[in-house]
Amino acid sequence: MNNILESLAQLFGRTPRKPRKDELSPAAQKMYFYKKGQKVTKQQLIDLHDEHHKNSKNKWRKRRWITLIAVNLLFLVSFSLDIQLLEGALTASRFMGFHMADLNSALQVMLAHKTVLINLIIGVVTVFIMWILLGGRTFCSWVCPYHLVAEWAETLHLWLAKRGLAKNYTFHRGVRTVIYVIFALLAIVTGYTVFEFISPTGILSRALIYGPTMALVWVALLLIFEIFLSRRAWCRYVCPIGITYGIVGVLSHTSCDLRYD
Amino acid sequence: MSESNSNNEPLASEKPLAKEKPLARDKSSASQKQPDVKKKSKTITRGPGRRAQQARRQFLRSVALTVGVSSISLLGFIPLPSDAKRHRLRPPGALLEEDYLSSCIKCGQCVQVCPVNAVKLDDIDSGFGLGVAYIDAREQACDFSCDGLQCVLACTTGSLTHTLDYTHDTRMGFAIFDKPKLCLAVAGKGFKGLARGPDYEGLLRYEEIDRWNPIPLNEYPYDVEICDLCVQACPIEQRYNQCKEGKYPSGDKNQCTPEHAIGLELIEEKNGVRHMRPVIYDGCVGCGVCEMICPTKEPSIIIDYDKLTKRPLSEHYIIKSKKGITNE
Ligand code: SF4
Ligand code: SF4
Ligand code: SF4
Repeated sequence: MNNILESLAQLFGRTPRKPRKDELSPAAQKMYFYKKGQKVTKQQLIDLHDEHHKNSKNKWRKRRWITLIAVNLLFLVSFSLDIQLLEGALTASRFMGFHMADLNSALQVMLAHKTVLINLIIGVVTVFIMWILLGGRTFCSWVCPYHLVAEWAETLHLWLAKRGLAKNYTFHRGVRTVIYVIFALLAIVTGYTVFEFISPTGILSRALIYGPTMALVWVALLLIFEIFLSRRAWCRYVCPIGITYGIVGVLSHTSCDLRYD
Repeated sequence: MSESNSNNEPLASEKPLAKEKPLARDKSSASQKQPDVKKKSKTITRGPGRRAQQARRQFLRSVALTVGVSSISLLGFIPLPSDAKRHRLRPPGALLEEDYLSSCIKCGQCVQVCPVNAVKLDDIDSGFGLGVAYIDAREQACDFSCDGLQCVLACTTGSLTHTLDYTHDTRMGFAIFDKPKLCLAVAGKGFKGLARGPDYEGLLRYEEIDRWNPIPLNEYPYDVEICDLCVQACPIEQRYNQCKEGKYPSGDKNQCTPEHAIGLELIEEKNGVRHMRPVIYDGCVGCGVCEMICPTKEPSIIIDYDKLTKRPLSEHYIIKSKKGITNE
């Protein structure tokens, strides 16, 4: 339970805290003891890190990218080749006839429309259960098309930043929660799905399936902002989809459990 | 979890960050490659005043970001001032415009099922209409060639209300005879050739050719003494006539429309001039086929919903629907 609350607090922007002494297992305490005893310089750490990455083959990243591209391509070919496997777009779809609805889009629609749309419920429940099993925000890195382009933008950002050509202005992590609430309120007050108007996830997914639109200019502006001014800004500080799936993720069993034994 | 391997950027790449970051929250920012930066960041972040200042700056930036993102999202209120975009023709069964915009989840499943590709998704210049389904009748009208309101069936949200059963239950709009001066029938002229020229890409179903597969309009030349293309092509009118002959569509009498939609009538003007002109009747569902096929340069007949009646489109449809759909 405590774990869940702590995860939620961090999701909403609280700075992760160090575990207290009494929260650490004896094995972990031993580990910390040795860690303190052995002084490593930052340069050594960096070298270690680089070394590690030189040896790693990015196995998981490859799998992740392949999954992400495959899911999005499945949308595309289902329509263009008319094989009707995965119809619709990321916001809502039918997978071999089964309804699926993006949790955040469904939420926005219901807030704006002020009706619990029965047709959507099936899709929402299916997707909710699916991401409970898969870990919530795994949606972001394994499915969201904006995540992929943002990752590439991030690589470029880091390359530029190293040479002093890009800045990384940071924002408070709680901003995203504030923005989340604002979008929820805007949907209720205006009766429009305001967030969908700027959602790069929806725009990219639709552009891929139904052909390019002018809305891609907005996505490009976002990427430019991320490349030159703030690393991964959209996902870190703005995107409500991340929070929606994050909440599912908190309830999910898939979590990162660090043990020292 | 599985992410552990993916973050393979060298740690030390956030050089400018050292000055900005108030709390060494990111593991990566704590380690700096260039020794000079390292020294600097050490001295800088040590001072408590400096830290407070940085925190304040970050706070202000965060406020700016929040205001910025919210304002940009509200730009959706001002669709670029094009009248056509404000009054889009929506697919069959669409709720009242406001309810329609709020309930549509922008998925395009209606786009995918339409056999004539009449349904399209709107772009960002339509404001909050972004990603919402519409029909551009002059480009490609809905000719009901799916025969079962496929887009309505596909809609996951009920934006296209599922309470419709038959094509004649819909009311997307209402045809109006907009430019009598252009109309060939009024001028007493016939029409010979391709309705919209050889380059037109739209499709239309001709039941006598193939009931299930619409064909390109530019493969079907016309030759008529007095132009009545709009009347000939009207899917509702066709159905009306079929039923009158006792040929019920798919043998189902319920699919018959009770009223005429459009016909040519002989009109006598006050000055005694007699001519033919298309007249639209109550059975019209506003599908837009007449607008699509009209061979005049600009369509003489268009779908509109408030010029004639000063009433928004979907209200017609509510008035008309026998099912008494509760949209209010
Ligand atoms: S009813 Fe019209 S718009 Fe809808 S799928 Fe059928 S032909 Fe297309
Ligand atoms: S299927 Fe329904 S929810 Fe999806 S785009 Fe079409 S009208 Fe909107
Ligand atoms: S008159 Fe025109 S808009 Fe009305 S039903 Fe016939 S073709 Fe469609």
